[in-house]
Formats: sequence, structure tokens, C-alpha cells
Amino acid sequence: MKKGLRIIAGILAAGSVIFWAAAGGNRGWTKTSVPTKIVDQVTGIEGVSYGKHFVPGVDFLGAALIGAGVLTGASFFFRTKPK
Amino acid sequence: MKTKLTTLALIALTSGVFAAPQTFDFKDPKGINNAGFKLDAPLESINGTATAVSGTVSFDPENPGATIGKIVVATSSLMVLNSMQRGHMLGAQWLDAAKFPEISFEAKEFKNVKTEGDTTTADVTGTFTLKGISKELTVPVKLTYMKDKLADRTPGQKGDLLVIRAGFSIKRTDFNVNPGQNEDKVSNTIELTLSIAGASAK
Repeated sequence: MKKGLRIIAGILAAGSVIFWAAAGGNRGWTKTSVPTKIVDQVTGIEGVSYGKHFVPGVDFLGAALIGAGVLTGASFFFRTKPK
Repeated sequence: MKTKLTTLALIALTSGVFAAPQTFDFKDPKGINNAGFKLDAPLESINGTATAVSGTVSFDPENPGATIGKIVVATSSLMVLNSMQRGHMLGAQWLDAAKFPEISFEAKEFKNVKTEGDTTTADVTGTFTLKGISKELTVPVKLTYMKDKLADRTPGQKGDLLVIRAGFSIKRTDFNVNPGQNEDKVSNTIELTLSIAGASAK
């Protein structure tokens, strides 16, 4: 159980860092939409349209690492079985 | 001499008759008209736009200083990039979109009017209403009159366009937008911009 929790914690920590970095390493808040600029050629007005897209931010990373920390902490409550 | 004076008087009269104000409608089916907002925050600034803009403005190209009108933005159309943040923003503590579905500015008076060609800059005084609270504000504005350009934007429709651009700031505390709360996380100052084009069909 102890080992299992630590393995899961490790996977969660490493996985979240890799996912966050691969998604662009966004150092702001997590985004659930991304903006696209549209320019009206006649008036010159710049508008924005939004498309749904998940971009993990530091809050996502922080939550995943905290979760990994909690699992690791919980693992200390289990005794190592004697061989 | 008498004939010349009569002719001149007639020309002056008819010029006055034809220089009538036009009504421009700012409802934009293309969704490009937008009001932007920005608030400073520690991690990153909160930026968003609202695209459900409507309203009408009465504008006379011969007398831009006499412009009046009202621009309305649907509160529910405000967008930010995080859906949870958007939910909080439209909720009861912040903008309370369910109870206050509209944000508006009603222009009443233009001062410091300067016109160069088709572009007019001025300071417009009017009533700004947010979350049910109305306050008189004076904001700088730029109007660009585009004669016979409606067909370029909307094929098949003849008419003129009027582009309005404005930028100003307000305080959350003045409009009961979660006053005095979270000021370390979300700035009390909200910077607003307006980039809209209205159409007057002929």
C-alpha cells in the first residue's frame, strides 16, 4: 500500500508536469477557451472570437503537485511489511 | 441684388433641411463590435470582451457635436478565458448578470469637439450604468464617419457607417461590484474600451 501510494504520487507529479509543459507551460491561470483575433477590413475594428480549448496553468500544476504530496504523506501512515 | 439675396437665403435654408442627423444602429450580426475590459491582478491581468453590443446613435456629419445616443452591452456576453472565473464574474457577488442584464452608456453632451475630415474627437458626458447604478462620466471618444461604406461591410445594403472608439476607466467600488473585497487579487480599477461600428441604411 505504501509503495503503491508513492508510485501513484510519482506518476501524478511527473504526469502533470509533462502535460503542463507540453501544453505550452502557461504561467498564468488555467484557460478553458482561447481567443482568436478577427479584423473587420472595412472599419478596422478588431474583434475577438473564443474557441473551447483547455490550457493548464499554474493552478492546475499546483493542484496536481499538492495531490501528489498528499498521497506521499498518506503513504507514511502505512507500515512497511517485514520480509 | 434682391434675386441674389433670395437665392442665397434659399441655399442656406435647403442646406439646413438636408443636413439632418442620421440614426446609426450598432447591433452587429457579425459579432465584431466589442467592449473590452481589463483588471490588474497579481498573477496575470484579467482581460475579456463582450460582443452583444446594441443601441442607436443619432449623428449629423455637419454637426458632430450634437450627437446623442445610447449603447447597451448584454452583461451575460462578457467573456474571460477561464470558465470558472467567468462564472464568478457573472455571479451575484460581482456583476450579478441575472439581476442586471445590461450595461449601458447614454451620451448626452459633447464638448471639445474637433473634426478633421471624417474623424471627430470629443469629450462626451453621459450616464454610465453598471449593476443598476448610474453615474455621470465624461470620456474621450473618437467618431469616424464612413459615407456610403455600408455596402462594403454588408453586401446589398446601401448606407453609411459610423465607427466609435472610446477608452476610460471606472472603479468597482463606485458600482457595487464586490466593493472592498479581493483588492489584493483583483484591481479596483477596471479599464474599459469600446470599438463599435453602427450602420445607417439608406
